[in-house]
Amino acid sequence: MHTNLSHYKEILIKGIWRENPVAYQVLGICSALAVTVKMSTAVVMSIALSLVAAFSGLIISSLRHWIPSNIRIIVELTVIASLVIVTDQILKAYLYDISKQLSIFVGLIITNCIILGRAEAFAMANNPADSFVDGLANGLGYSMILLAVAFLRELLGSGQFFGFSVIPQFLYDMGFQDMGIMVLAPGAFFIIGLLVWLKNSLPGVSHEKK
Amino acid sequence: MGDLLSLFVNSVFIGNILLAYFLGICSFIAVSKTIETATGLGFAVIFVLTVTSPVNWLIYHGLLAPGALSWAGYPELDLSFLKFITFIAVIAAIVQAVEMVIDRYSPLLYASLGVFLPLIAVNCAILGTSLFMVERNHTFIESVVFGAGSGTGWMLAIVSLAAIRKKVRYADVPAGLDGFGFIMIIAGLMAMTFMMFSGITL
Repeated sequence: MHTNLSHYKEILIKGIWRENPVAYQVLGICSALAVTVKMSTAVVMSIALSLVAAFSGLIISSLRHWIPSNIRIIVELTVIASLVIVTDQILKAYLYDISKQLSIFVGLIITNCIILGRAEAFAMANNPADSFVDGLANGLGYSMILLAVAFLRELLGSGQFFGFSVIPQFLYDMGFQDMGIMVLAPGAFFIIGLLVWLKNSLPGVSHEKK
Repeated sequence: MGDLLSLFVNSVFIGNILLAYFLGICSFIAVSKTIETATGLGFAVIFVLTVTSPVNWLIYHGLLAPGALSWAGYPELDLSFLKFITFIAVIAAIVQAVEMVIDRYSPLLYASLGVFLPLIAVNCAILGTSLFMVERNHTFIESVVFGAGSGTGWMLAIVSLAAIRKKVRYADVPAGLDGFGFIMIIAGLMAMTFMMFSGITL
């Protein structure tokens, strides 16, 4: 049991930190940036993506001996798309406002390179339990970057955290202003670029090959 | 006519699918190492978008939209939740068909575009454009123009990035920033430039 636990821990750490899908493998940033204007949308998106990644790993890995290799991409996409439809329906039923704000980006989880990439690279070759943990780890790794970007964009762009103003009034009185650019598209690019720089400068991280 | 032109210009510059909506960034970064491959992928994206956007419009409004099946006797049926799986299947099928047709009739074009076509099936920009088309209630003609405009905007962005990367190849970038981080900052500056076009109306 002990070896089992440390084995899962290994997969988790690899997905979340050492080989973080966004920062290290440059995967899945397509949708990572568009939903990061506010924390609330980023949190919902993170949960949705982590669950889809984990369950698609579980299902595809359970089916891996029956999937013919020449049509495997279509099978994988079908599994992922079905999970995304379920996610979208749940969001529409219970979190209608946020699902409106996420607009098309819930649907774009289907073409998120992280999920298909993990299905191809990991779930097709490993057992269901490992694939579930691997999907979850990569989803959490993605969430970490997403939440960091959303935190900075909401704080700097509109002075808020989860919709509550957190910048004290006297700073505004002293002439501090919200940075409009952070709410717009370029802000997301700058923040993710700088975050990757920070991450690469920390110890214990595999470096991207040139 | 003026509306359509305005929609086209808007989808190329202000609402650029890549720099304003962040769609298709994976291939934006992976395939922008040389200008030639970026141009090839750009043309393939324009072509596939111009075809898939109207085809998905027809399928959505003919079969999936609420009430679309009233001709078959099911006026209350709402199949719009199936749009994700339908669109991705249509896109994959069209990409496959286009690849086979080009392979059969134009080996020269296949040699330059062929390698990119399979990549495109999972490009977020393609699915994203179809989903935007549904969300914004475009008409059929608008869906063609929107598809072509989004593709053109995407190509403009990736070819510009490839050109910029060529210029900065020997730049002395700080060690940790070199690579992905640096490209993101270039993309941020490009996004600012594209935003300058907002406010232009035709």
